[in-house]
Amino acid sequence: MLDISGIRRLQFDVLIIGAGGAGLSAAIAASQDRKTRVGLVCKSLLGKAHTVMAEGGMAAALGNVDNRDDWKIHFRDTMRGGKMLNNWKMAEIHAKGAPKRVRELEHWGAVFDRTRDGLINQRNFGGHRYPRLAHVGDRTGLEMIRTLQDHGIHQGIDIHMECTALDILKDKSGKVSGIVCMYRETGEFIIFETKSLIFATGGAGKAWEVTSNSWEYTGDGYGMAFEAGAELIDMEFNQFHPTGMVWPPSVKGILVTEGVRGEGGILKNSEGNRFMFDYIPKKFANETADSVEEAARWLEGDKDARRPPELLTRDIVARAINAEVKAGRGSEHGGAYLDIATQRSSEDIKKKLPSMYHQFKILAELDITKQPMEVGPTCHYFMGGIKVDAETSMTTVDGLFSCGEAAGGMHGANRLGGNSLSDLLVFGNLSGMEAAKYSKRLKSMPKADDGDIKRIIKNATSILNREKGNNPYLIHEDLQKNMQYNVGIIRTKKKIQYGINRIEDMKLQFQEVKAPGSSQFNPGWHEALALRNLLISSESVARSALLREESRGAHTREDFPSEGDEWLEYNIINKKGVNGEMQTIKVKRSEPDKELKRIANSSIEDLEKEVIIDHNKL
Amino acid sequence: MKERDFKIYRGNDEKGELVSYKCNVSEGMVVLDVINRIQADQANDLACRWNCKAGKCGSCSVEINGKPRLACMTRMNEFEEDKTVIITPLKSFPVIRDLVTDVSWNYKQNQKILPFSPSEKDKEKDFVMMQKDVDRVQHFRKCIECYLCQNMCHVIRDNEGKDKFAGPRFMVRLASLEMHPMDRADRIKEIKEEHGLGMCNITRCCTEVCPEEIQITDDAIIPLKERVVDRYYDPVMMLFNKLFGKKKKEITD
Repeated sequence: MLDISGIRRLQFDVLIIGAGGAGLSAAIAASQDRKTRVGLVCKSLLGKAHTVMAEGGMAAALGNVDNRDDWKIHFRDTMRGGKMLNNWKMAEIHAKGAPKRVRELEHWGAVFDRTRDGLINQRNFGGHRYPRLAHVGDRTGLEMIRTLQDHGIHQGIDIHMECTALDILKDKSGKVSGIVCMYRETGEFIIFETKSLIFATGGAGKAWEVTSNSWEYTGDGYGMAFEAGAELIDMEFNQFHPTGMVWPPSVKGILVTEGVRGEGGILKNSEGNRFMFDYIPKKFANETADSVEEAARWLEGDKDARRPPELLTRDIVARAINAEVKAGRGSEHGGAYLDIATQRSSEDIKKKLPSMYHQFKILAELDITKQPMEVGPTCHYFMGGIKVDAETSMTTVDGLFSCGEAAGGMHGANRLGGNSLSDLLVFGNLSGMEAAKYSKRLKSMPKADDGDIKRIIKNATSILNREKGNNPYLIHEDLQKNMQYNVGIIRTKKKIQYGINRIEDMKLQFQEVKAPGSSQFNPGWHEALALRNLLISSESVARSALLREESRGAHTREDFPSEGDEWLEYNIINKKGVNGEMQTIKVKRSEPDKELKRIANSSIEDLEKEVIIDHNKL
Repeated sequence: MKERDFKIYRGNDEKGELVSYKCNVSEGMVVLDVINRIQADQANDLACRWNCKAGKCGSCSVEINGKPRLACMTRMNEFEEDKTVIITPLKSFPVIRDLVTDVSWNYKQNQKILPFSPSEKDKEKDFVMMQKDVDRVQHFRKCIECYLCQNMCHVIRDNEGKDKFAGPRFMVRLASLEMHPMDRADRIKEIKEEHGLGMCNITRCCTEVCPEEIQITDDAIIPLKERVVDRYYDPVMMLFNKLFGKKKKEITD
């Protein structure tokens, strides 16, 4: 029998898994009183999490560029972008809380681009009524993670880098009592005993073939939370960012920031047509420019001109590009042309989009100040995730909290660009505070069961100890192809069902997965460990996508092409059944607060008048 | 698609060897694609670090044919087709396994730096800073912490130098703090004594390898050296300091 007495144990009040923007924010918030023992575990080196890749900016109604902005308008934009399926309360907390958190980041050392008056500058982005995204060129994520990192390392947080979380431990009553992890460098196991646990583990974009996500995005939080009995919500809503690189093949999927369109970039098909004018949905028609001339006036700063259709929400733009390619009007390598060269001066482009300039220059040998880019949809973000309580970020498991991309609900059926970085700050902070409070209420450390610890460790080591077995990399490649073709942008019942059958086959192959080599920094082993979580995440996406028989936001069913009003009443939940199987059920949404409902359903004209009155009162 | 030859370091800090691999290379591939392909098909346990694959996170720093580079931003068409490409770990840090090195020393240097310190009064309202006054600071903040400059710095390459000099990366960080219009701390003494600025003799090797093209030597190190000289070696300033105490940073409101 496995002896676990020699395995190191550490105790915390709050332990955070994941050190991107959400995890670092949570850790800083939890350690505010300097008494709470806070730990932070990350799979990579500190400062390398996916937040570093965020480009465009963070949305907050600061009103620095257009003083008509207000939390109410940000809230309305967010709800409409999410096709009204967002958790109302979370969208409210987010829109109200974002400005304070952005200012806090500046106080911790972030240096945003400035307006002419020396305030934080804000840029236009898809679905946002006003210039709203605080940004630093096109490297806002780097600014954010470095600021949080450099502030966070002085808050007494115990940081464990290159450490993989394996599974959650609970006590007899079902409360979180800890988590078993493994240091990647040595292969050594460690048991973290903790009163509360925050999952800031990001999404599972690595389940698709064409993706903007790195190796880390394997749905570890979804897999572990599911295994511990937590509920996953809205998993059918996977955002395909409209503009990923398409050529050369080795860089397919790498993100091209929406900031290109925010700064005036236009989309054209192979016939040279600016096709987005043909894809304006009725709902957005009276807020969108209907001619090239009007769009040009908007770019010049005319406040009466409406926004160009390239800045419609991501779900709409991604589907439009997809449709153009299908109709035979795609670019040379099967995408659309994104042209900023004819819209802005070379100097402006290099100043506002330096990393895009650099990225295309090196990876595609293309000068974006002279030539159009080729772009196409790439898997980017999970709107869905672990179900949390809006006001505490606690999941359905006592003591388990979640924030950031790992948590679901805030973005509904589609996320607006720029709402992720602000989400990380707002809900990172909230979950950190709430987890610290929860831990203070517990008198003693909940006790983990040794049997559970042994089972978790044995599951991990058997992958190394098997004589022979399946190559984890190849199963992963199969899974990516399966999700790409069967549970991709455009879905049908037949394809999804086939996709689920394939996932079931892969789950069996996973039972016999083998990683050769030792336990020290062994990427094959790490890949195999992540595969379980990728499979759970993928299954959950596919089963939810099969059940939702409508098209809404990022979830498009060819066999049910329009929004179904009755479906607006439901979220889809996945959880583990008594026999270990995945249960997928429809759950009725609760009735929203009347005032929030009124704001979201107001016409933009009425709401703008109301906001002017609000601002005059102040 | 063409089969090309590679040699990759396999082993740890004590012992290891260059192992030969063959890999098909197609249009647009970068060195990191080759490493990942070999890992998937031939050597599942080949250790390397990477994340963003777009030159934004600074994880995949290695030496390619002896030159410190980001593997994700080094295209295969840079090299002649019939020449073997040799991939080895960073030289200045201990090898953990294969291409992965122990860079924890860098994190320790960062920990020693006094963080951004605005005044409480300034924090009560929105910061007002003009773009031209933050251009230089933003230029420094482009750093992705790939540590290629640290790896290249001859002071750090010499192991004993690690006790004396924090390295170019952290001179850039210190410069970004010292030049931040709202920062009120004074780090000149520490820059001279603890962080060891004097160890740098301006060979500019760091600037040459920076993938973000930060002018490390000219924009960060030399201006910091000037501030140290002003403080410690300028006779007028020495007298001024004696009479009126240390000069505080100018307040630029």
